[in-house]
Amino acid sequence: MPEENKEKTGNGKPGLLGQFKEDLDALKTDLPAKAKEQVEILSKPTKTQVYTSIFRHKHDDTPRNRALGVLSNVFLHLHPAKINRDAVRYSYTWGMGGITFYLFFVLTLTGVLLMFYYHPSKVQAFRDVLYLEHDVPYGKLLRNMHRWAAHLMVIAVELHMFRVFLTGSYKKPREFNWTVGVILLVLTLLLSFTGYLLPDDQLGFWAVTVGTNMARATPLLGHEGPFGPLLHMTPYNDVRFGLLGGSIVDANALLRSYIWHCIGIPIIASVFMIVHFWRVRKDGGISGPAPVVLDSEVKEAKK
Amino acid sequence: MDWNQLWQILSAADNVPIIAMIPLLAFYIYLAWKQAHANDKLIDELAANPALAKTHHRKTWPFKPGWQKEVHVWPFLLRVEFLAAIIVTIILMVWSITLNAPLEEPANPNLTMNPAKAPWYFLGLQEMLVYFDPWIAGVVMPTLIIIGLMVIPYIDTNPLGGGYYTWKQRKFAIGTFLFGFVILWVSMIFIGTFIRGPGWQWFWPGQTWDHNRLIYEVNRDLPDLFGITSNLWKGIFGAIVVGGYFAVGGLLVNSLFRRTNPKDYKRMSLLQYSIMMTFFLIMVALPIKMLIRLLFHIKYVWITPWFNV
Repeated sequence: MPEENKEKTGNGKPGLLGQFKEDLDALKTDLPAKAKEQVEILSKPTKTQVYTSIFRHKHDDTPRNRALGVLSNVFLHLHPAKINRDAVRYSYTWGMGGITFYLFFVLTLTGVLLMFYYHPSKVQAFRDVLYLEHDVPYGKLLRNMHRWAAHLMVIAVELHMFRVFLTGSYKKPREFNWTVGVILLVLTLLLSFTGYLLPDDQLGFWAVTVGTNMARATPLLGHEGPFGPLLHMTPYNDVRFGLLGGSIVDANALLRSYIWHCIGIPIIASVFMIVHFWRVRKDGGISGPAPVVLDSEVKEAKK
Repeated sequence: MDWNQLWQILSAADNVPIIAMIPLLAFYIYLAWKQAHANDKLIDELAANPALAKTHHRKTWPFKPGWQKEVHVWPFLLRVEFLAAIIVTIILMVWSITLNAPLEEPANPNLTMNPAKAPWYFLGLQEMLVYFDPWIAGVVMPTLIIIGLMVIPYIDTNPLGGGYYTWKQRKFAIGTFLFGFVILWVSMIFIGTFIRGPGWQWFWPGQTWDHNRLIYEVNRDLPDLFGITSNLWKGIFGAIVVGGYFAVGGLLVNSLFRRTNPKDYKRMSLLQYSIMMTFFLIMVALPIKMLIRLLFHIKYVWITPWFNV
């Protein structure tokens, strides 16, 4: 290298311009090398840091990875890694519990979308529904889906309970989960019932009027119920007043219905659902199909 | 036959779920019965052949030694769940496109709907209002239904039939549940939806709803039939009749249960037995009260200054 080409400083190192030129020369060899390396890394996406930070296991088709795919996924870990070979048969479970949960999910989604177009006030509520049906794109479909999914959910819950009863799945050790399920049945009915008033039409108004009129007759706590008047119950302080926020089905009832429907009961139901699903696993997974037991094999507990 | 009236009721948007529920329920009862029948056959076979009972895998589905007893959730269960979600979505979509959710005129407290019906799943309770005062039909009965359902696992001491369909091993439990769910709950919803018309009067399917129809029906109270006039005696008489129902009914059910389910009778504690008896008798009281009302026009059995039953 000729002497005059090197601009030297006092301490023998290349000057600013020389350093820059050196970096430029290095880039000429480093860039192709790094690019080649990069292509190699990207050709195996499952080895990248991004991928391994999201999925904590390999993707090869091995039994271990199939199990990890379920266990290391927050949405799937509700399932065990393996189940009874006959438990996947539709004829045993009817899938009604899962369908109920799926419908709850659909209802939450459509419900939130409906909330964007709805004001729970006497002036607006009915007009909002008309607006939704006639002006909002897909508004009618949205409302229809919410309505029919709610009906389907009631049917699915009842069939789920029917199946659990017929297979004796409430028996030891699943007694407690059955009672949680009964509470969820009641909450499903209440969710549906509180939603009935929200369109603020004749159908909902009179259905809720008939329904809450029964609360007048609550023993002790209703003003027309047995022993109610003895406890000084009047239309203005009894349990029906508490439900409606007034003595008639009016603006306050609409607001209360709305809040119970959209916030109160869904939160309570979610808590019970968490317990319900958790207990399904903790009580040993789904109950069957179990091997049949003969009467002669039952060991009587000592008293 | 008023076909138009019939069609209007059947095609009312909110009644469609009930129409859908009836074939659905029939299908699932058939599906359960089919499996229960197969299991019962297997149970009889194994009970008759102890050698086979020791080696058999105890299910009606095929199984050979060497087959894996468990399968991976991924993909064997997840694909079923995914398929179910897709099918439900399609059903829901088609249903929502073809049938509109009902919307009536704006709420008007001055214009009473006739008939004013609750949502279909509560029509059983509304139908009960015909036979009982609101405090029983609307408050006490629903509470008892909920509590009654919740106590089932704690009073059913039969260790057989957990995790498989059977009829022969659980006749009493399944019979009672079918009676309560299918006969009482579903059929009362059916009556409330398809039979009850204006004024909550009984209109047979296809009969024209006549809003001006009057029924000259004199409902009597049971004490009146016995010529009891004083309030004190009415109260005492009613208490005796209702108490008598529980005493005599209890003894009858006791004989029936002890003879048909001797093992369960022996297993149950006094508390379990009395809770089962109470709920069973209250459940049976419902159709009895319905029948004496529909057949003999008897309204109240027990009359007191505070409540009537």
